[in-house]
Amino acid sequence: MYDRESLELVKALKREWEEGSLKTVLSKHPERKERFVTGSNLPVERLYTPAEVESLDYARDLGFPGEYPYTRGVQPTMYRGRLWTMRQYAGFGTAEESNARYKYLLKQGQTGLSVAFDLPTQIGYDSDHPLAEGEVGKVGVAIDSLADMETLFEGIPLDKVSTSMTINAPASILLAMYIVVAEKQNVPADKLNGTIQNDILKEYAARGTYIFPPKPSMRLITDVFAYCSKNLPEWNTISISGYHIREAGATAVQEVAFTLANGIAYVDAAIKAGLSVDQFGPRLSFFFSAHSDLFEEVAKFRAARRLWAKIMKERFGAKDPRSMMLRFHTQTAGSTLTAQQPDNNIVRVALQALSAVLGGTQSLHTNSRDEALALPSEDSVRIALRTQQIIAYESGVTNTIDPLAGSYYVEALTDRIEKEAAEYIAKIDALGGSPAAIEKGFIQQEIQDSAYRWQKEVENGDRIVVGVNKFQIQEPPPTGLLKVDPAVGERQKKKIAELKAKRDGARVEASLNSLRRAAEGTDNLMPYILEAVRSYATLGEICDTLRKVFGEYRSTVSY
Amino acid sequence: MSDRLIRVLVAKPGLDGHDRGAKVVARSLRDAGMEVIYTGLRQTPEKIVEAALQEDVDVVGLSILSGAHMAILPRVIELLKKHGLNDVLVVAGGVIPNDDVPALKEMGVSAVFTPGTSTKDIAAFIRANVRRR
Repeated sequence: MYDRESLELVKALKREWEEGSLKTVLSKHPERKERFVTGSNLPVERLYTPAEVESLDYARDLGFPGEYPYTRGVQPTMYRGRLWTMRQYAGFGTAEESNARYKYLLKQGQTGLSVAFDLPTQIGYDSDHPLAEGEVGKVGVAIDSLADMETLFEGIPLDKVSTSMTINAPASILLAMYIVVAEKQNVPADKLNGTIQNDILKEYAARGTYIFPPKPSMRLITDVFAYCSKNLPEWNTISISGYHIREAGATAVQEVAFTLANGIAYVDAAIKAGLSVDQFGPRLSFFFSAHSDLFEEVAKFRAARRLWAKIMKERFGAKDPRSMMLRFHTQTAGSTLTAQQPDNNIVRVALQALSAVLGGTQSLHTNSRDEALALPSEDSVRIALRTQQIIAYESGVTNTIDPLAGSYYVEALTDRIEKEAAEYIAKIDALGGSPAAIEKGFIQQEIQDSAYRWQKEVENGDRIVVGVNKFQIQEPPPTGLLKVDPAVGERQKKKIAELKAKRDGARVEASLNSLRRAAEGTDNLMPYILEAVRSYATLGEICDTLRKVFGEYRSTVSY
Repeated sequence: MSDRLIRVLVAKPGLDGHDRGAKVVARSLRDAGMEVIYTGLRQTPEKIVEAALQEDVDVVGLSILSGAHMAILPRVIELLKKHGLNDVLVVAGGVIPNDDVPALKEMGVSAVFTPGTSTKDIAAFIRANVRRR
C-alpha cells in the first residue's frame, strides 16, 4: 500500500524516535510490563506504523464491501443499509412461558428470535425419560412434540420473523416441526427465514450434546442441506460454530481455525453426497464469540471472512459469490462473565458487542449481567438488548463501513490471525481433516491446554479479572435471580401422556417404521421425519428410532 | 493411615456438556499431587457411585452448570451413603445459586465452589478436609 521510498522514510523516522524520545522516557520510566500480549497471547508491539503492514495490498487483501475477499464486510452498504439482527437467545420452562418471553422481547424491539432448548430436547429424550430428571425446562424450553412447538410460536407469524434454533443432533426434527407449524399458519416453506445450528462436529469437540456417531450424523446434516436447497431457499442450514470452541477455552486463532476446519468437513461431506458447492454454499452460516480483547476480536472476524472466502474459491472452486461470503452471528463471551460484582458484566458485554459490530456481524446476542449466577431475569435481558440499541443508535459506529480498516494494528493482527489459523488448518488436514482430528483428541487437547493456561494466568495474577483477582469487595449475595419452576417436568410428563392418549397411534407407528427403513437405506430422511412429526410422534420416539439404526456416540475422555 | 496420594473422582452428573471447569479442576488437582479420575459427560448418580467404589476414591467432585443440581446431587449423596461411602469428601462446583448452598451442605456436600474460585483454594480445601481411608 506504500511505495518503497515512503516506507524507508517511516522506518528511518521510527528508528530515530526509538533512539530519541522513546529511549529518554524508557530510561526514566520503564513500561508496565516486559511483554504485552492480546487476550489470546499474541504478541503486541509498542507501536504500529506502515512498516508493520508493508506487504498489505489494498485491492488483494481488503477489497470492497460485498466483494471478494469480503474482508470489509459481506454487504455493499453494511449497517448503513440495515442494522444487524438483534437476537437474544432465550427459552426456559414450558413452551407457554417461552412464548411469553419471545413476545416480550419482540415488543422491546428485538428483531429476530433465538430458541434455547433444554438439554433433554437437545439430546433427544422426552421429558418423561429417566435421564431427563431435573433437566426439563432448565437451560431452555422443553419440546417433546409438534404440539409444544405449536404453543411455542402461537401468535408469532413465521413469515414476519426470522428464527434461529440452537439445536444440533436432532436439528432435522426441530426444523421439521417448524415447517409444519408454519404450514398450519398458512406460511409456505419457501417463505421461512432462520437458522438451525446443525453443527455436530463442535458437539464432539466442545459442547457435548451429541447423540449419534459421526457418520450418520453427517448424513443427517447433508440431508438437510439437500432438502433445504430445494424447499427452504432462505433457510441457513447450518451455523458452523466457533462460539462453544472459544467458550471451552480456545484462543481467537484456534476459534477461527477449528471452526473453518469443521466448515471444510461439511463442504467435503456435502460434495461427497452429490451436491455441488454452489447449491448449498450460500446457505452456510457461522457463529462466533465476541471476547474481551476488542481489537483482537475485530481482527478475528475480518480474518475469518477473508480466509473462508479463499477456502471456498480456491479449495472448493465455488463460483457463486454468496458461497464465499462468511455471514455470522455473534454472542458475547459467557465465560468472561463474573459472579462477583455482576453489574460489571454490563460493561464487559458492551465492549464485546462493540467488537462484533466493528467486525461486521450479521446478528448479535448480548449476554445478561446475571448469567454467571442463573438464567437471566427480564430486567437483565432488557439491559442487554438496550446495550445493542445504544451501540446501534447512539455510538455512531454504524455510519461507515468497517471503520477500523487501515489501522496499522488491526490490519497487522488480521494478517497474523489469518496466517496462524491457516497453519492450524494445514495441520488438521494432515491429520485427515477435522472429524479425524476430533477422533484423535487433537482438537480437544489443544482447547484444554488453552483453558488450563488461562486459568493459571488468572491465578498467578498475570491476567487481571476485575472483581475476581483484583478490586474485590465484600458484597451481599445477589437477589432477584430467575428460578425455573421445578414443576415444569411434571407438567411436561402430563402433556406427553395426554398427547399419547389422543393421537392416531397407528399413524405414529407407521411413520416411525418408514423412518426406520429409510434410515437403513440411503434416502433423504427429511420427508420421513416430516411425516413422523405430523403424526405427533414425540422427539424421543423419533430419536430412539434413529438410535436403533445408527447407534450412539461414546466419547473418549481425557483432561 | 496410608501415605498413598489423595484419590479424587471428578464427575459430570446429568446431561450438562459444560466441562471446561471440570477438566481444569481435574488437571489442577493432578498437578497439585493428587490422583484424579475424570468420568466424562452424562453420568447417572448410579454410574458415579459405582466409579467411586471401584476407584476407591477419597473425594468426589461434582460439576454441574445446567441448574439440575437440586434434582441430581441429593441422589448421588444418598447412593454414596447406601454403599457405605460415608467418609468420602463430597464437593460440588458450577453455576449453583447461593440460595441452594445451605440445603446442599445439609445433605452432605462439604463445599460448593462457584465461578471465580481459585483451583489452589479447591486443592487446599481438599487437603484440609479429606478423611484418609
